[in-house]
Amino acid sequence: MRYLPLTAEDRATMLGVIAAPSIDALYADVPASARRSGTVDLPNFQGEIEVERAMAALAGRNRPAGAAPFFCGAGAYRHHVPASVDHIIQRSEFLTSYTPYQPEIAQGTLQYLFEFQSQVAALTGMEVANASLYDGSTGAAEAVMMAHRITRRAKAVLSGGLHPHYAETIRTLAHVAGVDVLSQPAAIDGEAAVIEAIDAATACVVVQTPNVFGTATDVTRIAEAAHAAGALLIVVTAEAISYGLLKSPGEMGADIAVAEGQSIGNGLNFGGPYVGLFATREKFVRQAPGRLCGETVDAERRRGFVLTLSTREQHIRRDKATSNICTNSGLCALAFTIHMSLLGEAGLRRLAGVNHAQARKVAAALSAIPGVEILTPRFFNEVAVRLSKPAAGVVETLAEEGVIAGVPYSRLAPSAGLDDVLLIAATELTTDADIAALATALSGVLA
Amino acid sequence: MTMLNVGRPTRPEATQATQPTTLTGGRGLLQDEALIFELGGWDKTGVDLPDADLGSDDLGELFRSAPIGLPGLSEPEALRHYVRLSQKNHAIDLALYPLGSCTMKHNPRLNEKMARLPGFSDIHPLQPTSTVQGALALMDQLAHWLKTLTGMPAVALSPKAGAHGELCGLLAIRAAHEARGDARKRVLVPTSAHGTNPATAAFVGYAVEEIAQTADGRVDLADLAAKLGPDVAAIMVTNPNTCGLFERDIVEIARLTHAAGAYFYCDGANFNAIVGRVRPADLGVDAMHINLHKTFSTPHGGGGPGAGPVVLSDALAPYAPTPWVVHGDAGFDLVEHAPDGSGSFGRMSAFHGQMGMYVRALTYMMSHGADGLRQVAEDAVLNANYIKARLSGAMTAPFDGPCMHEALFDDSWLEGTDVSTLDFAKAMIDEGFHPMTMYFPLVVHGAMLIEPTETEPKAEIDRFCDALLALAAAAKAGDVDRFKGAPFHAPLRRLDETLAARKPKLRWKPEAVTLVAAE
Repeated sequence: MRYLPLTAEDRATMLGVIAAPSIDALYADVPASARRSGTVDLPNFQGEIEVERAMAALAGRNRPAGAAPFFCGAGAYRHHVPASVDHIIQRSEFLTSYTPYQPEIAQGTLQYLFEFQSQVAALTGMEVANASLYDGSTGAAEAVMMAHRITRRAKAVLSGGLHPHYAETIRTLAHVAGVDVLSQPAAIDGEAAVIEAIDAATACVVVQTPNVFGTATDVTRIAEAAHAAGALLIVVTAEAISYGLLKSPGEMGADIAVAEGQSIGNGLNFGGPYVGLFATREKFVRQAPGRLCGETVDAERRRGFVLTLSTREQHIRRDKATSNICTNSGLCALAFTIHMSLLGEAGLRRLAGVNHAQARKVAAALSAIPGVEILTPRFFNEVAVRLSKPAAGVVETLAEEGVIAGVPYSRLAPSAGLDDVLLIAATELTTDADIAALATALSGVLA
Repeated sequence: MTMLNVGRPTRPEATQATQPTTLTGGRGLLQDEALIFELGGWDKTGVDLPDADLGSDDLGELFRSAPIGLPGLSEPEALRHYVRLSQKNHAIDLALYPLGSCTMKHNPRLNEKMARLPGFSDIHPLQPTSTVQGALALMDQLAHWLKTLTGMPAVALSPKAGAHGELCGLLAIRAAHEARGDARKRVLVPTSAHGTNPATAAFVGYAVEEIAQTADGRVDLADLAAKLGPDVAAIMVTNPNTCGLFERDIVEIARLTHAAGAYFYCDGANFNAIVGRVRPADLGVDAMHINLHKTFSTPHGGGGPGAGPVVLSDALAPYAPTPWVVHGDAGFDLVEHAPDGSGSFGRMSAFHGQMGMYVRALTYMMSHGADGLRQVAEDAVLNANYIKARLSGAMTAPFDGPCMHEALFDDSWLEGTDVSTLDFAKAMIDEGFHPMTMYFPLVVHGAMLIEPTETEPKAEIDRFCDALLALAAAAKAGDVDRFKGAPFHAPLRRLDETLAARKPKLRWKPEAVTLVAAE
């Protein structure tokens, strides 16, 4: 077995040192009823050749996004990741290290986490950011819990533009925390309805921008209304590249900004692992979930970094912790921060501009097709369109023709009554030829 | 070109007694590396992209016009920055990483290669299921392996880490009680538990009560029996426990728990000790998370990502979260919305879980097979017992008898030396090893919890034991300076954690640069 270094001779020698007659003797505490003499009913070990062959066969039964014109978004976006990013994250010192519990020999991890936090704070326009959460949706749920702790109120208002899966994730935690969730009906542009729903019992308002329909929303008025009622504004962003073009949550009055960071540095990976960005105001930081990395000095007064404010966390506070999170998304955060360092502000703005330009081309091409109505008034890189036929069937048909046309809204929320709505995303990887192929295929199926 | 050795000394001169400090902060291969905010240019980028109209016209007020404050690096600068940072980290590929309860084992590179196949890495969670049949088949196979290894009938794959798995298990337990209209209030947790256990129970709305521990490091059955009652929803027990011991009375613990109408949540963090040898189903477990980043070797990556699938008993399976994979008429399908009448407690995250980790874990399982996994457990336990045997003469183990995959010591052997567990740990850094888990579990004074894992060769374990024995002898001989000031040879000396917490500086801010520029 190539991964097990002990030889039969080693094992015998070691048992001798232990003074145990056999390996079974070391398992003497296992109740007799639970001891198994043989192996479980699974195949035995295999070499790299056999395993690689089996895995390649499974991979071969999937159609990668790069193999066809591809327009899926709805919370996960296909972007180009520079080759150097994947090279660096596979360095042993990053890949095979643990959470930085011994800071003297983990400054590599700690410094990139500090840089990551600084980048996330800048991107979101917030004062402080943590060292990552699992993903955007769990981050949104953590944000609602945090607002509940800060305001001691038990009602969360969710906008009708919030990704339905994010809303469900929030509801799962809110239910056991005793927080009432008031979800607004699905809306392309539901700003007024959200403001209407805020009252003196509201802990927080959760608004997504660009929202699940692609609509870029100015949340300034929602922030004012929330603050007037003593509630917090949580701004969710599922496409982090949009920070390069759109006014940040902080500039619009957010108290907590949460985002899915997958778009920067991380591949689609069928939904995970991703990286949750979480930023807030300095005055709320002691209520924040997750790890925080802070600057300090060593015994010789040299700058260094440590995990800090850990009295919020489960390993210290146990049942009084702000969250139960322990392992987070360290390596995905590293990929994020490397890609972000390569882009810089100039690269990010340009990348965002290319995304926006490609989406405008999609909207222009599709608006000319009979049976397609563009629904999103202001968008970043994703638009919602109404089709003259149910979107799920159209997507299936187009997939057979070699075009992955987008995400039917009914896949996210089957009972919303929006079966004819299709979400279509474009990125810097979308070519003009892809857009032409989509337009042609869509015209055909809707004719 | 060859190195000319004419006219220059080819042997070192006699070395100086003291080392001068360097003038730049660099030390040989270790560079003193600035932050990207101090290195990068505000207009610089390492990514070449086509020209784009920034599209301010159609976005109006929403256009981001103010500076963001993000530096950029060219590719060579970025490579240097991150490679320099990497050299300040300890890693499993460098030396033993004996963090107890963390299972820092070798990460096979085949797993990384497989996870990067475009058929796995470049597929979208919401593309038509007809185009991702291989991914769904992989999830189905992973589920089969996990169910077979644990003997449990069901598994929820989507939890994203161990603590997320605990949340999944407790949510299922709460849903099961609620479905019967049986609101229960308390969860019992041993004092030796990981902090995530009480944190999770509290998050799910339960009051947490501690179960006492016996003198031999196990759950006190009498105390458990006394505390169980009609308002107890669940117990959360780690097995093998955090003292590195198998809970001898585990079957009785399960029986008492079930008799009280409560569920048995098992923290599976230490599954590595028993995988392939003991099936949790045979112990009476109702739910257990499996840290794929521990037992099944998906890399820990400096703090994640992990994955924490949860196996469930028949009693809890109906409450599992969405989504799940089913065998449909036309192949595999994904149930993303619980059908009417389902007891599912809902969704735990936006998509289907940590696919990248599933690929790595299944690759690992297939590589080892049923026989290899059993050997994994045996070698992990053998290595830990060997360390316990070799060190017990010099260090003190609080509990007698064989341990499982980790060896626990306390600090009574350091009494009178003026060296603490922390000092000892920091001195290990100077000897080239990552310290063990220290001051955990909380039930043992000055705890040192050593988990070598099965991927350490005997020679490396001997090297480690020799180093610890030498350090122990030094501590007992009064060589206190070696410990109090340690580490001396790490990239940094001990860090001021009090300062970091008292005056939190959690991000780089531009003020300092402005000051320099103004001078």
